[in-house]
Order: sequence, then C-alpha cells, then structure tokens
Amino acid sequence: MDNRKSFAAILIVLAALALLPFGVSGYILGLLTLGFYTAVFAMSWDLLFGFAGEVNFGPSFLIGTGAYTAGLLNHYAIWPIWACTMAGAGAAVIGGLLLAVPALRLRGPYFGLVTLVAVLLLQNMIVLFAGTTGGEIGLDLPDVLAVDDSNNYWIALAFMGISGLLLFGLSRSAVGLILQASGQDAVQAGALGFNVTKHKLAAFCVSALFSGLAGAMLIFYEGTASVGTVVDIGVGVQVIIAAVLGGRRTILGAALGAVFLIGAGEMLRPLGELSTFVVSAVALVVILFVPGGFLGAVLHGERR
Amino acid sequence: MQFLQILIDGFAISSLYGIGAIGFTLIFGVSGVLNLSHGAIMVMAAVAAWAGAGDLGFGPYGGAAFGVTVAVLTSLVTYGLVVRPIQTSTRIAREEREIFVLTGTLLWGIMLQEAIAYFFTSNPKTVLPLIPGVVSLIGVRTPAQEILTAAVAWAVIGLLWLLVNRTKTGRVLLAASINPRGLTLLGFEMSTIYFYVWALYGLLAGIAGVLLGAFLGVSSDNVGQLTASAFSIVVLGGLGSVGGSLIGAYVVGYLETVTAYLIAPSIRTIPVLLLLVLVVYVRPQGLLGRR
Repeated sequence: MDNRKSFAAILIVLAALALLPFGVSGYILGLLTLGFYTAVFAMSWDLLFGFAGEVNFGPSFLIGTGAYTAGLLNHYAIWPIWACTMAGAGAAVIGGLLLAVPALRLRGPYFGLVTLVAVLLLQNMIVLFAGTTGGEIGLDLPDVLAVDDSNNYWIALAFMGISGLLLFGLSRSAVGLILQASGQDAVQAGALGFNVTKHKLAAFCVSALFSGLAGAMLIFYEGTASVGTVVDIGVGVQVIIAAVLGGRRTILGAALGAVFLIGAGEMLRPLGELSTFVVSAVALVVILFVPGGFLGAVLHGERR
Repeated sequence: MQFLQILIDGFAISSLYGIGAIGFTLIFGVSGVLNLSHGAIMVMAAVAAWAGAGDLGFGPYGGAAFGVTVAVLTSLVTYGLVVRPIQTSTRIAREEREIFVLTGTLLWGIMLQEAIAYFFTSNPKTVLPLIPGVVSLIGVRTPAQEILTAAVAWAVIGLLWLLVNRTKTGRVLLAASINPRGLTLLGFEMSTIYFYVWALYGLLAGIAGVLLGAFLGVSSDNVGQLTASAFSIVVLGGLGSVGGSLIGAYVVGYLETVTAYLIAPSIRTIPVLLLLVLVVYVRPQGLLGRR
C-alpha cells in the first residue's frame, strides 16, 4: 500500500467511526472510548519496539507517570484539565528520557528488566504514599472531560485519530526508516552516517509524550486515577499483547489490536475468571502461527 | 535476638530463592531463554502439592512428590508447546525470537495463573509441612519446616554440583551453556540436551515451589512477583552464572528480610529494586556475569 492510499483509508475509517454515536448505545461508545485510549498506548509502544527495536516491558511506567502527574495536579492544585494534561505529558517525557539513558547502554533482556523495575518502583511508590496518591483505592478527580457518552467518544476518537496520523506519518517518514535501521543493526546504521543516539532519544520522547497524554486523558475520562487502570504490570502486558496481536511495526495494527482486545475482553466477560485465560490463549496462538499479527497477515498476503 | 531471627529467616528464604533462580539461569545459559512463566510453574507445584496432600489423599510426602512431578511435566509442556515452536519457526526473524519467547512465556504464565485461580481459587494455600513442630535454634524458636527448607535446598544444590561436575550428562549440560555450537560439532543432539535442561529446570522450580508453599504459603496472585524476583536475582548475579545466582539469592533474600524486620514489611521489595537499578547501570553483566 502506498502512503496516500493508506492515509485515505484511515480517514474513511475515522469518518465512519465519527458517525457511530448516532446509531449505537452508550454502552458500546464507552467501550470504544476505552479502546481508543488503549490504542494510543499500543501505537506509542509499537513506535519504540517495532521501529526503534527497544523492548519496553513497562509502557505503564510512562502511562502512569503522565496520568498520576495530571491527577495529582488536578486534585491538589486544581489546575484546569488542559494544563494538567500538558504537565502529565511533560512528566512522561522526562520519564521517557530516564528510560532512554539505560536503553542506549544496555541490550535486550537487561533493558527489558529496567523497564519492568521502573513500573514496580512507580507502583510501590504510589502505594507507599497512599495518603497523598490514594494508593490502591485510587485518586478521585474534581474535573472530568465530558459527562455525555457521545462527547467523550468524540474526544477520544479525535485524540486517537490525530495521534495515530502523527505516529503513522512519522513511521513512514525518513525518520521512521532510520529508526528501523537503528533498531535492526545499530552499528551499520551508525556506519551509514545516521545519528542512532539522537533518533532513539527522539523515539523515546515521542512514545512517552503520547503515552503520557493518553494516560492523562484516560483518567479525566474515568474521573479517577488508580493503579489498576494506568500503572499495573497487567496494563502494560495488555498494551504489548495488543500491539503484537495487531501486527508490530505497523502502528495501525496496534490500534486494531487494542480495540479488538478491549472488545474481546468485554464479550468474554460472562466467562468470568476464564476470560483472561481465553484472551491470553488467543494471543499465544496468534504469536505461534501468525507472528506478523492481523495486519501483518493482510499486508503479507497482499504483497505476494 | 532480632539479629539472630533475621539471620535464620533470611537464610531459609534465600536458600529457597536460590534453587528457583538456579533453574531459571540454567535455561538461559543453555538455550538463551528467559522463561517468564517461572512463577506460574512454582505456584503450580505448590498448589498441586497442596491438593495432593489434602483432597487427593497422598499424604504430605506423596503430595510433595506429586507437586514436583507436576512442575516437571509443566516445564516440559512449556518447552514443547511454547518455546520450541517459536525457536524453530521460520516466520519469525532470528533477532526477534527473544521478544517472542518472552511474550510467549509471559502469556503462557498468565494462562497457567488463570487456570489455577479458576480451579483452586486465588486464596493463599499452605502446603502441609513435611515435619511439624517448633525447635529452638540458638535461642530462636524456629519451625522445624524452616530448617528442613534450608537443608533440602542445600542438598539439592549439592546434588546439582555433583551432577554437573561428576557425571557425563552434567558435563554435557555445562558445555552446552558455554558453547552450544561446539557441542553440536562434537555430535551431541541439542534437542536431547534441551529436554534434559527443561526437565531439570522443572525439578528445581518444583522443589522450590513446594518448599515455598509449605514455608510461606502461595496463591495464584504471587505468580508475577515470583517471576520478577527470580529475574532480579539472576540479573544481580549475572545471567547464566549459577554461582552468581546463588550469591544474588542471598543478597535479595537478606535485603528483603532486613527491610521487612527493621523498616516495614510493606516495602520489603523496594530496596531490592533500587539495588537492581544501580547494578544494571553500573555493572550490567551482574556480579559474576560473563558478558
């Protein structure tokens, strides 16, 4: 698919989604809203993993940093939502830079471990200072994005659309190609004259920026910030599964995977505790048999 | 008094961590796999031992044996069903295998965890102690089970040392962890070696799981934390280094115990995490790592 065609296809899908509130119930809209925020998490993760080749096991470190910075500022300083969200995104970028320092020095499993530890530390800190942060119960926020289901849906859709277009555009640009080259063979990319460090740092900042923004907006949508929704390892695992399911190195696949995962989780709810089992099993089967993910399989079939 | 208490408790918990982590590092050394379903396999062993001793009526010893057997089988299934297909897949690029194995074993661990929670609930389970009663050890009242835990752990470590240094199979395993390609050139079949390593790993993780279940009790909610602690110990000691893992286990075990006793039990893992970040920054190959 060339770039212009894929951009046109994205815009058509977005336009169709924008009309949805006129036809479906608030319940489905709420589900999709959650799916859209998760989609931004997964797309940001895919930029770091699929393109820069950095195995980040702690996407929820960036998400949680953004969310809790915004939440605390709103709860205690009563900053308006937009200012909190910006501050959250800024804090997440600082978190991203903190992660980038070891990433540039360490390889494979070691970096993965650092990101995992970052999440555990953040989670422990939030629980430890429960008096300020609300701990495991959560932090209630005085402000919400919107009360109406349709408005919330449109905000999330617009946010996902803009983030997706920017991330997708970036991945298809020269910068995206250099990132991909640095991820696959950093030495050779450097030998070709590209500044690997600069590009990887940029990837961390962009990924962190969107993760933080999405995390902050998600808590203002839900009206509460809690460890279970934005920090827990499980959140990060879900983001990774979404990106791998949808097809890594595609950005758009990550969004598809995220919406699918949220939808599947909801549809399997009657199974109770077994629903996580089924979702994990499906993801495992996809990894084993269709390692390219949904979108990877489609694109691969087309190329043949 | 409290000092002695810390010394004894820390020793028992560290020995336990040690055998779990040795299995974890063994697989990494031989096949380069970081098994993120480690915690789930340990919990499987503990829950199987609990069910075996209770509902199935095998008695405490039969239950423990049953738990270890389940762990060995689970470990072999993990290898055959998840790890091997990914390693031999032609559709996954070589440089991406690592992340696929990590994601695959992580998902498999979640599946095991959910299955345990579904069939046995996520309530904590305490395996029947093999030896009941309390003894006084240098003035500290210590459960006999705790002494047994440390003794069994060290017996296992000793046997492992004998296996690696005194038997042919063991030496092949050691060679495989140093240079797998050289071993293939000498005519050894790697798939047989992998089979042995995963069986041995299951045995170690199973024993660690059953002992942990009898010592502290486990629930399916502990899966993530157990995997993370084995991962931390192994990185601290140096990936692939058995001696390093043992040292790492004692550092982590004592640091946690000291924190729990002297500061607060709720933050027992935080100093370990900070130490880990420090080690990874300053000496990424760990204490005794080779690279």
